[in-house]
Amino acid sequence: MKITFKLNGEQVSVETLPTMRLLDVLREEFGLIGVKEACGEGECGACAVIMDGRLVHSCLVPVAAVNGSEILTIEGYRETERHKVLMEAFAEAGAVQCGFCTPGFVMAIEALLRRNPHPNEDEIKEAISGNICRCTGYDMIIDAVKIAAKKGEGLW
Amino acid sequence: MVNFYIPETLQQALEIRGKEKAIVFAGGTDLMVRARVWFGVPSNFDKPVVYIGKLKELKGVSMQDGVIHIKAATSLTDLLDDPLVPQPLKDAISSMAAPAIRNMGTIGGNICNASPAGDTLPVLYTMDAVLTLRSVSSTREVPIDEFILGPGKTAIRDDEILTEISFKVPQFDVYTFRKVGTRKANALSKLSFMGMLAFDGDRVADFRAAFGAVAPTVVRSRDAELKIIGKTRDEVVSVIPELLGDYSKLIRPIDDQRSTAFYRKNVSLRLLEHFLNTHLK
Repeated sequence: MKITFKLNGEQVSVETLPTMRLLDVLREEFGLIGVKEACGEGECGACAVIMDGRLVHSCLVPVAAVNGSEILTIEGYRETERHKVLMEAFAEAGAVQCGFCTPGFVMAIEALLRRNPHPNEDEIKEAISGNICRCTGYDMIIDAVKIAAKKGEGLW
Repeated sequence: MVNFYIPETLQQALEIRGKEKAIVFAGGTDLMVRARVWFGVPSNFDKPVVYIGKLKELKGVSMQDGVIHIKAATSLTDLLDDPLVPQPLKDAISSMAAPAIRNMGTIGGNICNASPAGDTLPVLYTMDAVLTLRSVSSTREVPIDEFILGPGKTAIRDDEILTEISFKVPQFDVYTFRKVGTRKANALSKLSFMGMLAFDGDRVADFRAAFGAVAPTVVRSRDAELKIIGKTRDEVVSVIPELLGDYSKLIRPIDDQRSTAFYRKNVSLRLLEHFLNTHLK
C-alpha cells in the first residue's frame, strides 16, 4: 500500500504494509533513528512524534493512518530555533543522562509549549506523564522546561 | 496479510463492516498493543480492519435540549477541551493514560473494549448513557448497561459500528470521581468510583453511584439508590450501613496482577461511605 504524508516538512511516499507501525517505518524506511522503541505499548513515550500538531506514540499508529497527515520527528524539530533553546535548557539543567528518552521528552515538551507557552509545574508534569526516564528522576527535566519557557520567551 | 480499509465516509465504513465483519479501528491505542508482534514486523490482526479514526462524521460534541451527543470517534483530548462535556466525564478522562494516548484514544473505543477497568464507564453508567449502533440497514439505541455484557463482551452485532453516545446531563450538587491506580499516569484502574448527589432542601433529590473494575461489568444499583432518594440527610445517615451491605453483595472483584479482591472491595466501600458522610453529615 502506498502511503503519502508530510515528514519533517517534506512530502514523502512509501510503499509498505498498512499495518506496519509508524515507528518501524520511520526507523527502517527513513532512517530516523531518533525515534526510539522501548516498551512498544504506549507506556514509555520513547517513540513520541508529533502528528498533525499532536503528540502521539508512533508504536501505536499503523502507518496507514498517517496517509495525508503531517509528522514531525526529533530530526525535523532539530532544525528549529525552539529546539536550540530547549536543548540548551536541557544541558543547563542536567536533564540528559543516558539520552535514550530525550527525543521523546523533547517532542512532548514541544507539544506542551505549543499549547501553553508558560506552563506551571503541574502542567509540565502532566505533559511529560507519558514519558519515562530512568536516569534523571524528572526534576532536572522539569527544570529544563521552566528554563526553556523563560529563555525562549516569544518563540512559542 | 489482512486488508486494512480506509473508508472516506461512514456509509462506506458500514458497508465494509457488514461485508467483511472487519475489526473497527478508531484510535488503536488498545488494538495496536494486542496486535503487536515485534519491531520491524507488521501488526497482526486476525480479521480485516476498517479504520474510522479520521471520519469527520464520527467526531464532535453537540448539545440539544439538555442532551449531549458525543460522536464515537471523538478523541479523549477533544472531549477534555470541549466546554459541553460535563466535568465528571472530564475527571475520568484526565485520569486516563497520558496526553499522547488521549490524543489518539476515543470514547467509543473505551466503551467497545468493554474492559471492567474502562475509566469512562462508571461515569457513563451514572449518566444513563445511550449508545447509537448503526449498520447499513439499521439504527438502534441501547442503554450502556445493556450493551456491556462482560469483560471484552458487548451486544454489538458484527455488522454494526457504535456511532454516538448520548445522555441527558443530570442535575447534581456534588459529585466525586476517584480512580485508584498504582500511579497517576498510564496506570490501569485497580478500582474506580463515581458518586453524585442532588439535594432538594434537606432531602436527597437524586443519588447515583457506580464502581469500576470490581465486577465483570460496572456496578450500579438503582434499588440501592432508591433507598436514599427522597430521604432527609439524617435519615440517609442512618441507612448508610445498610447501603454498604447492599453494595458489598454486588461488588465482586477478583485478584489479579493489579490488585486483590480484598483491597478492591474495601476501598470501594470506603470511598462510597466517605462520599456520603462528607456530603450528608
